[in-house]
Amino acid sequence: MSSETKQILTTDGIPLEISLKKAERKNKIKAFLLVAPLLLFLIITYIFPIGEMFTRSIDDKMITNMLPKTFKSMETWDGKELPSEEVFTSFLSDFKILVEKKEHGKLAQRLNKEKNGFNTITKKLFRQVKRNKIDETQSIKEQIMKVHKRWRNVEYWQAIKRTAPPYTSAKYLKAMDMYLNEDNKITQVSEDRRIHRILWLRTVEVAFFVTVFCFLMGYPIAHLLATLPMKYSNLLMICVLLPFWTSLLVRTASWMILLQQQGVVNDFFVLIGLVSDDNRPEMMYNKVGTYVAMTQILLPFMVLPLYSVMKTISPSLMRAGKSLGGTPFVAFWKVYFPLTIPGIGAGCLLVFILAIGYYITPALVGGASGTLISNQIAYHMKTTLDWSFASAMGLMLLGGVLVIYWLYNKLVGVDNIKLG
Amino acid sequence: MSKNTEFVKFDKVDKSYDGKVLVVKDLNLNISEGEFITMLGPSGSGKTTCLMMLAGFETPTNGEIYLDSNPISNIPPHKRGIGMVFQNYALFPHMTVYENLAFPLRVRKVQKDEIDKKVDKALSMVSLSGFESRMPAQLSGGQQQRVAVARALVFDPAVVLMDEPLGALDKNLRESMQYEIKHIHENIGVTVVYVTHDQGEALTMSNRIAVFNDGKVQQLSSPDKLYEEPVNSFVAEFIGENNTFGGEVTDISKDVCKVKLQNGEILANPVSVNSKGDKTTVSIRPERALINPKDKMDNNQTGKIEEVIYHGDHTRVRLDLLGNKEFILKVPNSSNQLDLKLGNEIKVGWNSQDARALDPK
Repeated sequence: MSSETKQILTTDGIPLEISLKKAERKNKIKAFLLVAPLLLFLIITYIFPIGEMFTRSIDDKMITNMLPKTFKSMETWDGKELPSEEVFTSFLSDFKILVEKKEHGKLAQRLNKEKNGFNTITKKLFRQVKRNKIDETQSIKEQIMKVHKRWRNVEYWQAIKRTAPPYTSAKYLKAMDMYLNEDNKITQVSEDRRIHRILWLRTVEVAFFVTVFCFLMGYPIAHLLATLPMKYSNLLMICVLLPFWTSLLVRTASWMILLQQQGVVNDFFVLIGLVSDDNRPEMMYNKVGTYVAMTQILLPFMVLPLYSVMKTISPSLMRAGKSLGGTPFVAFWKVYFPLTIPGIGAGCLLVFILAIGYYITPALVGGASGTLISNQIAYHMKTTLDWSFASAMGLMLLGGVLVIYWLYNKLVGVDNIKLG
Repeated sequence: MSKNTEFVKFDKVDKSYDGKVLVVKDLNLNISEGEFITMLGPSGSGKTTCLMMLAGFETPTNGEIYLDSNPISNIPPHKRGIGMVFQNYALFPHMTVYENLAFPLRVRKVQKDEIDKKVDKALSMVSLSGFESRMPAQLSGGQQQRVAVARALVFDPAVVLMDEPLGALDKNLRESMQYEIKHIHENIGVTVVYVTHDQGEALTMSNRIAVFNDGKVQQLSSPDKLYEEPVNSFVAEFIGENNTFGGEVTDISKDVCKVKLQNGEILANPVSVNSKGDKTTVSIRPERALINPKDKMDNNQTGKIEEVIYHGDHTRVRLDLLGNKEFILKVPNSSNQLDLKLGNEIKVGWNSQDARALDPK
């Protein structure tokens, strides 16, 4: 080959290949420096918090650090009979350190979460330790077992052993209405306490139908926008974008005014005789309100990608379809519609992902039957302060979105998305 | 089989978009079966509107269009059975070449093997066999154009409309496509209505040309007649090059008239002047005026060379002649080169037959 036998040199004698690579490397570094601020921003504001959320959701290190000796000595325990003297001794020494640091309350709280009843017996043990009632020269096992009969129950020691690993999946199981039972098996909570699964299903259901409604309403609007003459389409575009320029709260509040039982819509229904005055339908504080308000709020996210795709479709294609003998419907279905699929994909994905994590609107108009998983997350963030549980649910939501994205990629192909 | 000379018939068709301005005025046009007719005109002259009315995308404001003696104004486009080639090809970008061609057949519920046969035939007609599975975006402009032509013909329509189909191609490709379309037309004998603003295209391809201006057909005749015998000064101006003199008729007989110009007098062929005193524009084709004529000519004048432009096969010479500083001559490139220098005086002659006295501009 000629390129191998004769190397091309630059004027200063360096092979051209090498000096080209050098020049390109410089360009690459420059390009990287240009995007570096954004990358840094993303790492700080996105990747780092999500990583933090993840560790928080599975973190169970607190108790691991509280009882280091206990867990060490428990490693050899088979968990069937009561543990040996050694375990009791190390537990007591761990406990004394906690008492000194005044952290025994935290331990009680954590253990009580694992199994009810720990609160009382930990307090009793604390009193004994405080009064120096425990004689270290004698069998510590015997003395602790005398403090309370539960200390003689192997189930409580099993519970302590379960808390040993520094990481736990308990929060994720809880979000699915499940927990790890005594035998380390995943079990469902009793039927009357299964609230999260309903919320998850409802969230997916609401997001799905909101997406469908947005599509059904947005498609004709986008088509009209793309085909009307400029002066009308600009006006219509402003109408579509107007909700964007209004505060989300204001829009939601205005829906509350419209939809309440003495509200405008109900008044109108009574006026035209659709319903009787004393039988006004409830359209708010339930799913109906959530559907109506969310569809209106998310509609622009459907219209804009559709519009940008439709704008590029030449009107002569529909004409060609008709002149070749297709009825208007055939021309639409075989020619126009397939060409809008990238826009449909983008719009649906966008609306679905936004809807699945929607918070303010369902909180205000949703009522009890219209709240979604995001409201539950907010509740745990603000009210119960169980941040690790909120983190776990947030991550599950994120995972769900990623799964949908992956599915979409399999079905339609991400490179088919057109956002504008 | 005698050919129907009124296969497509525009009968007193008017068209207005806004109710104020007529873009097509009182159009009467007969197109015979198997004819290649071109609608030629500047943009905004109404030619595309006529095509759209024939295709069914616009409805006439007045009058009626007949296809094979049937009025078609109330028939929607998809039932007219008219093939159409669009300006930007309008190939369906999400379908392969095969699917594009099969579309008109599938909507007509043609059997699968019949479709295969017809698509095959249409593709070989435009010499694109083997391109069935390509997407339109993988084809060059010329190939896309041929697919569009094949698609418009694949379902054997009675009439094919072409709306400036070669506008997006480069010059060489455009010329070869002109011949290709002309040959396809000759081979299958379909009626073609072709719209263009390119006179060269119109002259090469058509049986007859309808020159449109201002919503009206100015002249409808064969290409040679149109070029050599334009009936008015718009057609003379629009088709080919043209030297003009404005003047007044001072004497008129059956086939010659005297026209008085600003400074001089010439003999001309009275085409649209009738009597003494009529204002007129005299039109002379550049190639009909000869330099240093050997034979006796009706008009002999002397002009001064203002500009010489070399064009390869010919040289264009601009003269100042009888007060017209834009008088163009085309001198063929031959071995005995004339002495064409700026400022030289030169003798020019032409026959009165070739100087057509038309309506004044």
